[in-house]
Amino acid sequence: MKADVDVFANVTQSKDGSKNRVWEGTKAITAPCSPVTENRQFGSKMTDSKYFTTTKKGEIFELKAELNSDKKEKKKEAVKKVIASMTVGKDVSALFPDVVNCMQTDNLELKKLVYLYLMNYAKSQPDMAIMAVNTFVKDCEDPNPLIRALAVRTMGCIRVDKITEYLCEPLRKCLKDEDPYVRKTAAVCVAKLHDINAQLVEDQGFLDTLKDLISDSNPMVVANAVAALSEIAESHPNSNLLDLNPQTINKLLTALNECTEWGQIFILDCLANYTPRDDRESQSICERVTPRLSHANSAVVLSAVKVLMKFMEMLPKDLDYYGTLLKKLAPPLVTLLSAEPELQYVALRNINLIVQRRPEILKHEMKVFFVKYNDPIYVKLEKLDIMIRLASQANIAQVLAELKEYATEVDVDFVRKAVRAIGRCAIKVEQSAERCVSTLLDLIQTKVNYVVQEAIVVIKDIFRKYPNKYESVIATLCENLDSLDEPEARAAMIWIVGEYAERIDNADELLESFLEGFHDESTQVQLQLLTAIVKLFLKKPTETQELVQQVLSLATQDSDNPDLRDRGYIYWRLLSTDPVAAKEVVLAEKPLISEETDLIEPTLLEELICHIGTLASVYHKPPSAFVEGSRGVQHKRLPGSAGSGESADSPDTGSAAGVSEAPPAVIPSQGDLLGDLLNLDLTPPTTSGPPPAPSSGMQMGAMDLLGGGLDSLLGGDLGGSPAMGAGFGAPPTAMPASFPPPVSGGLDDLFDLGGSVGMPMGAYSPPKSIWLPAMKAKGLEISGTFARRAGVIQMEMTLTNKAMSIMTDFAIQFNRNSFGLAPAGPLQVLTPVGPNQSIEVALPLSTVGPVMKMEPLTNLQVAVKNNIDVFYFSSQYPISMLFVEDGKMERQVFLATWKDIPNDNEAQFQIKDCHLNSDAASSKLQGSNVFTIAKRTVEGQDMLYQSMKLTNGIWVLAELRVQAGNPNYTVSLKCRAPEVSQCVFQSYEAMLKN
Amino acid sequence: MSASAIFVLDLKGKVLICRNYKGDVDMAEIDHFMPLLMQHEEEGLLCPVLSHGSVHFMWIKHSNLYLVATTNKNSNASLVYSFLYKLVEVFTEYFKELEEESIQDNFVVVYELLDELMDFGFPQTTDSKILQEYITQEGAKLEVAKSKVPTTVTNAVSWRSEGIKYKKNEVFIDVIESINVLVNANGSVMSSDIVGSIKLKTMLSGMPELRLGLNDRVLFALTGRDKGKTVTMEDVKFHQCVRLSRFESDRTISFIPPDGESELMSYRINTHVKPLIWIESIIEKFSHSRVEIMVKAKGQFKKQSVANNVEVRVPVPSDADSPKFKTSTGNAKYVPEKNMVVWTIKSFPGGKEFLMRAHFGLPSVENDELEGKPPITVKFEIPYFTVSGIQVRYMKIIEKSGYQALPWVRYITQSGDYQLRTNV
Repeated sequence: MKADVDVFANVTQSKDGSKNRVWEGTKAITAPCSPVTENRQFGSKMTDSKYFTTTKKGEIFELKAELNSDKKEKKKEAVKKVIASMTVGKDVSALFPDVVNCMQTDNLELKKLVYLYLMNYAKSQPDMAIMAVNTFVKDCEDPNPLIRALAVRTMGCIRVDKITEYLCEPLRKCLKDEDPYVRKTAAVCVAKLHDINAQLVEDQGFLDTLKDLISDSNPMVVANAVAALSEIAESHPNSNLLDLNPQTINKLLTALNECTEWGQIFILDCLANYTPRDDRESQSICERVTPRLSHANSAVVLSAVKVLMKFMEMLPKDLDYYGTLLKKLAPPLVTLLSAEPELQYVALRNINLIVQRRPEILKHEMKVFFVKYNDPIYVKLEKLDIMIRLASQANIAQVLAELKEYATEVDVDFVRKAVRAIGRCAIKVEQSAERCVSTLLDLIQTKVNYVVQEAIVVIKDIFRKYPNKYESVIATLCENLDSLDEPEARAAMIWIVGEYAERIDNADELLESFLEGFHDESTQVQLQLLTAIVKLFLKKPTETQELVQQVLSLATQDSDNPDLRDRGYIYWRLLSTDPVAAKEVVLAEKPLISEETDLIEPTLLEELICHIGTLASVYHKPPSAFVEGSRGVQHKRLPGSAGSGESADSPDTGSAAGVSEAPPAVIPSQGDLLGDLLNLDLTPPTTSGPPPAPSSGMQMGAMDLLGGGLDSLLGGDLGGSPAMGAGFGAPPTAMPASFPPPVSGGLDDLFDLGGSVGMPMGAYSPPKSIWLPAMKAKGLEISGTFARRAGVIQMEMTLTNKAMSIMTDFAIQFNRNSFGLAPAGPLQVLTPVGPNQSIEVALPLSTVGPVMKMEPLTNLQVAVKNNIDVFYFSSQYPISMLFVEDGKMERQVFLATWKDIPNDNEAQFQIKDCHLNSDAASSKLQGSNVFTIAKRTVEGQDMLYQSMKLTNGIWVLAELRVQAGNPNYTVSLKCRAPEVSQCVFQSYEAMLKN
Repeated sequence: MSASAIFVLDLKGKVLICRNYKGDVDMAEIDHFMPLLMQHEEEGLLCPVLSHGSVHFMWIKHSNLYLVATTNKNSNASLVYSFLYKLVEVFTEYFKELEEESIQDNFVVVYELLDELMDFGFPQTTDSKILQEYITQEGAKLEVAKSKVPTTVTNAVSWRSEGIKYKKNEVFIDVIESINVLVNANGSVMSSDIVGSIKLKTMLSGMPELRLGLNDRVLFALTGRDKGKTVTMEDVKFHQCVRLSRFESDRTISFIPPDGESELMSYRINTHVKPLIWIESIIEKFSHSRVEIMVKAKGQFKKQSVANNVEVRVPVPSDADSPKFKTSTGNAKYVPEKNMVVWTIKSFPGGKEFLMRAHFGLPSVENDELEGKPPITVKFEIPYFTVSGIQVRYMKIIEKSGYQALPWVRYITQSGDYQLRTNV
């Protein structure tokens, strides 16, 4: 009430009828609330600072004397001096017995100080800490609840194993104390004690008492009991401590209305771990949680948002209440932006997640994310991120105006991000592209170096998205060539020059200028330069031969970088074998670039939504990534939706794990120029270095590297120019001398190399079988198999043309399936397949596609298209190819998990006629990512304990029993999703017998 | 779950006082905080969360202090920051001013408070009025009366003690609305909203039940009445004491108030507000010679109202010198440490228009550093009036002793975040 304005109108009509009474005593209002105690002003004579000033010699000795003084006042002063010394970091542990002697006092302040001392030094003096036990026991029975609570609170902070057992009795009493203040303190003490000695707490039955406190009549006690239980449960993920059922949930919801703001957070965070039985229960909990959105404390609001975001998953989308809830969420989220900057930051990081999961909530709230001049930089950057996510046709004009404003600020990071944001808008909202480009050109005119570079990087993306539309600006871009000193900007510019080489008269000069310092460039720029010059050569072969020769030799001979070398060789061979194919490949149409960028991978997003408000949501990382000892802890996941029925019962539903293996669903925004190269990614793990020598098993027929290929290109394009053929010099030494004759383009051979040369991994892959007979597919026969090679799942196929005409335009699609398998790229059949020809194709697969439970579980329905028709077939893949490389569980976690999975989920199978010993079996299985964690030999029987993890994060635990001389193995499988067991068993059989 | 330990550091990163709540993070880790902070600051990547190895620091800054919480778990970050700000609030109410000196001067109480405010990382009672009843700076002797205190702490009504007595029972209600405006350089309003706050000063005996009636549109729609002007509140936030589920079901604001001063509620209104004080500015920068500034301020509110203590703050280049001013009213002053001109108008009647001209010299050697483009900001206060038209219709006060109590209301509109971007 800082205002000096001083006239108050009485709102109610006062009885004497004076309607507009004027009240004058404003002083009473403006004066601060008079403190309950006096002497609060710092700097007065009473301050504690005097205790810090004693620095005499023999101080400890002096203090000792004072502590043992008869005068109470002197004692207290002495203890204060001790605490002061402790505060400034002096070691006063030598005074332990003397201080503890002061413990028996009726002075509360003194008692607190002694307790404080005890907490700090008990650990260093464990033997003497015993001295304090008696007083604790006594204080726990003090008539004053403050003292009882103080004693029980301090007790738990003395982390000395020796004395903990003495504290059990007092704690037990305090847990049943008549005063709620003592009970709520005792509840927390159980968590403390559990941290020191978990076994003791369990043996003493404190956990049960703690659970009983959830039904306590006092809300504060309930809240602390919930907090303590959650804490214990968090460190012991497999204990079934927080056994939430509708009854307890109801108790929590009742307490929620009455406890302090902090208690509300404990309860809400605990509620968020519950999974309602059905959508009705989910709705009723949501209804009782929504009032919390009006709480003044931001943390209460965010915890409530977490519960609502999670439970909303279960509500059918067509339910009226679902819409109501969505509407209710927006205002409180917006209000969080008026909080303190640090809280704003947490809120914004979370809004970023919420916007990705449910964009509809905030789609009309763009304006509130506009950046203010005085926002801290971390708030500015986050707001910008959200602005891009919310940009749409409806608000793009405003957004662009803002972004342009930001781009002229001075904060470099912020400006860069703003420029990038303009580019993102162009790509996201097609109607705005033109305006964005002109804005970017304006910015380039400012000549501010980092702005120019940033603008060029994003313009490259705009060219990719809208080919042949904005190339008129190239001239302006070229003017700035010299000022580019950042690799990303240089690479982008080079890409542009290469891509539009035919329109840039001096493209060769421009690129040549970069070539001079080739070896000083970063890899990104080198790769880009290589590709750009090859593009240039394919477009203008006459003038640029020397240039391409130069760059190829730089890349293959002088570079240590395997990526660069490999790419160089590929181009070289392409150009020399079949320049027409080279043209088709290098200048192929590029895949569309994604509209959204930096999207969080969906399973991770789901997990993070379950962690709203926490550090995980701030870092955008799962807790397992930054909390030690949390590996193997089950990842949180959103409950399946009830309404849509979609994927509700699939084993995959949201199990948000295995994140690291899953390739992101979107093309990374920037810098991934590599991806555009041939629109292929040489998915089979290329052995680095030069292509395999003849010894690798491939036949290397005779072919002149520099054969007629080039002539045919030049011939075709230029009508023959005899001198050209000699343009290339001798083959580089690292190249094998001979190659097979070109059959259908050199590239296919390369694929063959990767696809069918046996991988040393030893992962099990079934033999190829015919999936689609020619009869059923108008002459197209497809046989194939699945394999996992160096962490990449592949579908390896032989396409055979048994018809009379040429087949072209191959494409492939999958139906939804149990594990979200989807092609990670288009089907690479780059040349037409002639009659009686076959072609080997390896299609890399991702596991982030749409999910639907299939019957059988590993069934995959595939559609293949060619120029003739579309054909459908289905095949079953071995589940072993979904076993990921990091599927080795820690021993401890394995034991706990094995115990934790109910016995009902255990399945036992017999594997007959297997003649391997246990070690051979173990290593064979290891090749397919089945990891042996432990081996035990009991009565001549080897027991192997094994774990594997599926791509969607489901763990499967196995016990394999092998008896010497007995060809029949027994395998027991335990898994939280028991439906996979049958498939895993089949895979075991296949892996072992193969 | 939340903090492992709390530290109060001085500006150099020296620990003034700390409390280890959980013992799972080495207390020496705090030594990494300041170097980390400096490093981030240098890189321009300041962030409220810093991490070193497996330890995470969540920090805020208050006057010449850093308040830092450490953790190695996936803590509830929003809870930690809320708590740190609560800490500032409690300390400030105890020591009037929270700074290095007051921490040192009161270390005994600070320890006591740290012990009471948080237990094992769980925040406990943080209501400073209640705390003041049993944590005092006087070495309180144990008295029987003291043992009664904790009941308030754990009561459902944890914010008000029993047995409060006043001779004259009164409540003062302040309705304060702050206007946030962001205006583009070309004069279009980019965003505007109203953040309202209803503050109470309660001087009532016993345990009174209060009910506040506002001209809330949703409430009027619920009760089917549509007389007079109503206001749509976008988002309402309440003090702990207000029964939230009651409000959710029938929009009744009912509560047992805390004693003394408190913020009962705040709300946000998203409607377009006409900027109450409109600023037009022409700032011309002639490199190497001078800056000419012309600012016109116009009161866009009713003629009967008067804006008080109006301050128009106009940014000037950091290397400007030799200021000259001309104003049609009020005073202009150059504040070089903030690189701005502050034009103060004590009393600004509605509908009026005033002018200010300023002239600065610029050095002939130009400053290389790029400067930001700070906006013009405006501060003002208009009494007896709310922009939104929100009104307190009634305040019912019922106490079992049946005393009569008088509610008093006053309305104020003031500037909040009021920014107008400039062209320069």
